[in-house]
Formats: sequence, C-alpha cells, structure tokens
Amino acid sequence: MKFVDEFRDQALAMGLAAAIAREAVPARRYSIMEFCGGHTHAIFRYGVHDLMPENVGFVHGPGCPVCVLPIGRIDNALELAEEHGVILCSYGDMLRVPASKRRSLLKAKAEGADVRMVYSVDDALRIARGNPSREVVFFAIGFETTTPPTAVALRTAKAEGLKNFSVFCNHVLTPAALNHLLTAAGLDVDAFIGPSHVSSVIGSRPYEYFTETFHRPVVIAGFEPLDVMQAALMAIRQLNEGRAEVENQYIRVVTRDGNRKARTIVDEVFERREGFEWRGLGAVPDSALRIRDSYAAFDAEKRFSIVTRSAPDAKSCECAEILRGAKKPVDCKLFGKGCTPDSPVGSCMVSSEGACAAYWTYGRFRQEAA
Amino acid sequence: MSVIEARFGARDAKLSGAVEMIHGAGGRATAELIRTLFRRHLDNPLLAQGNDQAAFAVEAGRMVMTTDAHVIAPLFFPGGDIGSLAVHGTINDVAMAGARPLYLSAAFVLEEGFPLADLDRIVASMAAASRAAGVPIVTGDTKVVEKGKGDGVFITTTGIGVVPEGVEISGDRARPGDVVLLSGSIGDHGIAVLSKRENLTFETEILSDSAALHTLVAEMVAAVPGIRVLRDPTRGGLGATLNEIAQQSRVGIRLEEAAIPIKPDVSAACELLGLDPLYIANEGKLIAIAPPDKAQLLLAAMRAHPLARDAAIIGEATQDPHAFVQMRTRFGGNRMVDWLAGDPLPRIC
Ligand code: SF4
Repeated sequence: MKFVDEFRDQALAMGLAAAIAREAVPARRYSIMEFCGGHTHAIFRYGVHDLMPENVGFVHGPGCPVCVLPIGRIDNALELAEEHGVILCSYGDMLRVPASKRRSLLKAKAEGADVRMVYSVDDALRIARGNPSREVVFFAIGFETTTPPTAVALRTAKAEGLKNFSVFCNHVLTPAALNHLLTAAGLDVDAFIGPSHVSSVIGSRPYEYFTETFHRPVVIAGFEPLDVMQAALMAIRQLNEGRAEVENQYIRVVTRDGNRKARTIVDEVFERREGFEWRGLGAVPDSALRIRDSYAAFDAEKRFSIVTRSAPDAKSCECAEILRGAKKPVDCKLFGKGCTPDSPVGSCMVSSEGACAAYWTYGRFRQEAA
Repeated sequence: MSVIEARFGARDAKLSGAVEMIHGAGGRATAELIRTLFRRHLDNPLLAQGNDQAAFAVEAGRMVMTTDAHVIAPLFFPGGDIGSLAVHGTINDVAMAGARPLYLSAAFVLEEGFPLADLDRIVASMAAASRAAGVPIVTGDTKVVEKGKGDGVFITTTGIGVVPEGVEISGDRARPGDVVLLSGSIGDHGIAVLSKRENLTFETEILSDSAALHTLVAEMVAAVPGIRVLRDPTRGGLGATLNEIAQQSRVGIRLEEAAIPIKPDVSAACELLGLDPLYIANEGKLIAIAPPDKAQLLLAAMRAHPLARDAAIIGEATQDPHAFVQMRTRFGGNRMVDWLAGDPLPRIC
C-alpha cells in the first residue's frame, strides 16, 4: 500500500541531517527556539532530535494557544457556563485545562453545566441557531490563524441578527509575544523558527523588526518535520555567516504581506487590547484582541459583565518558565509524578502542542534511558 | 389486524412511525414489535422457539464468553451501521481468543420517538451480518426509555464460542523477540465515522472496515496454533491496544512506522484534522503476536485470506521493564507511542 507523506521521506531527512552535521561548527552551540506548539509537536512526534548533532538544540516557545491562556480567563469561562447558564462552546483541549482549585470545564460539564466541544466557531453558530431560547457563547482562543474565522462568524451573526450568540474573545498576537520574550523575559536563544500558519495570515514582514532590532535570525517554517529540519539548517547557515534575516522556508504558503483580505476582516471586527495577561509572560502590552464596540452586542465580556481576576498557577508548576523557554518540562518536579496528560496540573500538559505533553507522550523513553 | 400492523401497514411494507413507551411495556405491543421486526429479520430455530432463553448442546473443552455495549454517533456510517457493528464487534472479541464463535444474544435500549424505519434497517443489517458470519442471534431483549434518556438506540451483544484444543491465546503471553503482525490498513473505521459527524465537514471515500474476523482467525490458528496474542485494535486504535498488550505481558514493543499499512485517504484526513492514525479505531483488523520462527508462516496464512491481504510485520516485542511501546518513525527518529489521554482531538493552531 502506498503512503502519501512526501514531506516525511526518510532519504530527504537523512540528507538534511547530514547537511546540518556538516555545517554546524563543533566549537559552538546552536540554540533554536521553535515558537509554535505545532513545531514542538512535530519535533517530538517524528523524533527530530535523534537526527540533530549534539550541539544543536531546540528550545520550546509559547506558541500553544491552550498553554498561554491564564487561569483567570478559564475561571471566567467556568463562570459563564455555571453562573450565567450559557451553552459554552469550546475546543476539546480547552475543556481539560485546570482552572483555579483544579476545576475545569470538563468537571463543570460532569456536574451539569452545558459545555460543548466544538471543532470550529461554525459549530457554535449552528448550535446558537438551533437553540434560540438559550445563550450560546463561543470560547475563542488562538493566534492569528484562528482569528479570521472568529471575525467571519461575528459578521455572520450580525448579518443574521442572531440574538443569542456571543464570543468570549481570547485571541492573542504572535509578534507582541516574541518581542516580550526578547526584552522583558530576557530569553537567550540564537535563532527562531517562526510560525507557519500564523505567518500565512500576517506575512513575514512583522518579523523584520526583530531581526533588525535583536539580530536573531527568524526562519518561517511549515509544520512538517522536514520543514523544521530545513529551517534549522537555514538558521545555522545564517548564524555561521553572521546574518540575521527573516527567511521563509514555507514559501509554498507564506508571503511577505500575508493574507490582506483576512487582515481586513479582522480589523473590522477586532481592535488591540492595551494589555493582556499571558501565562508565563505576565501582562504583555498590545498582545491581544478585543471585539470592537460596533460588535459589542456579540461580546460575551460586555454582555455578561465579565471581570478577569488574575489567579496564581498551581504550586510547583513550571509552565510559566517553560513557556518563557527558561526551563524544560523535566525540570518540573511534578512532571510524570503529580502531573500527566490524564491528570494535568498545568496547561502545558494538556494540549498536544504543549511542551510537557509532547515530552511525556513522545519523548519519555529518553529520560528513562538516561 | 393487530394494533401494530395497522400502524405499520402490511408486514413487509416500509415501517413508519416511531418507538413508543408501550413497545417496551412487555404487553402486546412489545410482542408485536418482536414478531414484526426482530423475529422477521433474525429468524432462526432457537429464536423461533420464543423462550426467554435459548437452550443448546455444548461441546467439550474450553468456552469463551464476551459482551460489548455499542453506542455510536452517527448510527449509520459509510461501510456499516450500529447493527452490523454490534455483530462484528462481539464475534471478533470471541475470535480473539482463537475461538470459533457459536451464538450471539442482543439487547436493545430504544429511545422513545426513534423512527421504526431506522430500527428496521438496523435489525436487518444485524441479521445480514450474523447470517454472513454463520453466527446466529439466539436470544434477545428490548427496553424503551423516555425521550431524552437515550441516544436513539444502544445495542449490547454477548457472544460465546469454543476454543480449539491446544490453542492458548492471551494478552499476557507476548515474549521478548516475538513478532508483531497487523492484518491490514489502520484508521478506516474511525475516519469513516468522523467524516459523517455533523460538526465535522470533510469529504472522503473511506468506508469503515467493519468485518467479522473469525474465519481469518480460524485460518491463522490452523497454520500456527502457537499464536501467543490476538487482539482487535478497536477504540483507542493500534496505539492503545499495543500498550494494553505490553502492560499485560510486561514487554516493550518496537514498531517500524514505515511498515504500518495506511490508506492515503485516511492519512490525508488525519493530516487535515491533526489526528494520529495510531489512535483511530478499527473494526475489522487484528494484531497478532507470534514466536519469531513462525512469523513468516503466519504472515502467509493471513495474506491468503481476503480480509488480510495487506497484512504486514510491523514490529517486535522487546525486553523492557517500563513496558514502553516505541516506534522508529518514517522520518528515522524515535518516539513513544503512549496511551492517549481522552479522545483524539483535532488541532487548533
Ligand atoms: S509537568 Fe505539569 S506541573 Fe510541571 S510544568 Fe508541566 S504542566 Fe506544569
């Protein structure tokens, strides 16, 4: 039987591995941060580590939408489902993220709250149309990739005059997070692998500021394991040659200006928040979106007068440090002991894009062997 | 003309109307439902006796017994429905002991308001599956729950079978060095079902692989009576099933990703949804573990059967106190194949 994965072809992988081994200068270390959880997942799922020389290492970044949402916002979602009695629609992973007191949307659901797992915002719209007597709230999370569909859904709801649909908006922005990592968080890495899907929307231009200001190469890469390896090779070449540029490994999708049409729709519906709290990064200026006043009727925060209180992470959970690239999952004393994907303590153990979950699910044998 | 027949019209006409509470009350309506629907399709001498139990002679030796509750959304999917699935699933559970399945029972929990035409389709499909497999449904039961307290229809099937002499197949018998075989491509059933979920919209031609595997097992056991483990990787897929075996046998398992058969459409759907095919359910595939010197013989016996033409050797059992399932990826790296926490979920980013 034939298999379709042209991007995972082993011969190509070996070729890239050989090139990396040849070009990585033995005397120096290359520490490369992959921003996106999608990359982290690919690295672990395909065992990309095994193909890298010892002096080339990956540092896992904060680009996992489920991971970076702070506890206060999950508490808000619980409040919507339990106190306001809405039908709360959420992506599956979000249901399992621990909120304050180790509660979660999944537990609320078991106790009778009407929480529904959806695959997209369109499902939430459909539920709203089918339940005209109930309030339906979509728990929107994600980076620039998931923002345009939410914007389109809000436009649709307005056009249809849907009275019972609103969005609890938690959309966040990649460039602000990257900027924060390099300034306030004092991240020490040599180069970045930039997001693929996000960049297809925002383009590669927003990263030019970083290469100029911070002199770190940024290579935008697809989510396939070969994309990640090729991007690592491109970053190593830049470092060897003393360059710091935005390069685009993912030319098959990403352009310099991104998707203008998507950005126009997003601008019509959303505006920047002055600040937004991220798990791990704290309050980051200009790092998130909120719904514009012209769509206020569809903004769950306004409709239900939601106030977010910041809440501490679980004791001993190192998610914050991990999301900043300062620690590895195995540095957490709860890793695999109090905390596993079946019973997660922090958000990084929930999503398949979270670093702790990826380590545990795919890479655990490395620690056991060590 | 009876009440039911009046409502249903003539016996073989398409049924109209819906399940009502009275169908489960045990009175005349129940009897009529059994007569006009269940017994009409599932006809066999033991069922026709109309007793609350089926009585039959048994052979000497070891018997196996298994039961399985079937709930699935949607009830009808490409390549099958809950009826055929309920028959295949239980036959397969009997067969995974190396046994020859003899009889099945079926219990239905129906939700008030469920269309009788759909019930008729489901029971007809069960009958066809059981007839094709040569394993009759010899006793059964029906209950009705109020609207909102069920999900259309739940079916529980129980099966019994006899194990041929000299066969001893069990999940705890894998030994380091044993070879792991798989009967065909993975993920077909789960992807076929997912493609018809109302909240997921993608097009695929994939059909469920739902099938009764007992004739395949009979050929395999005849060729290699010393097969150590047989199991069908249903819910949780290949990943969960191999972990179960590794735990039970206290061995590690090493897989070769490139050797695992998968259809391009299934692979593409998994890519699209961000799912790992290793965790997608199958309903017509089996895993076999056998001593290394018997592996080729077993593989040949499998490939000679129409349900295992794409059978492959996909890995081996190893000495490993952690009982980890590991895989050399198609890409040349290594990873664990862990249990999955919860259901497989499409990615967000
Ligand atoms: S292992 Fe668990 S507790 Fe530790 S950092 Fe990761 S998510 Fe937090």
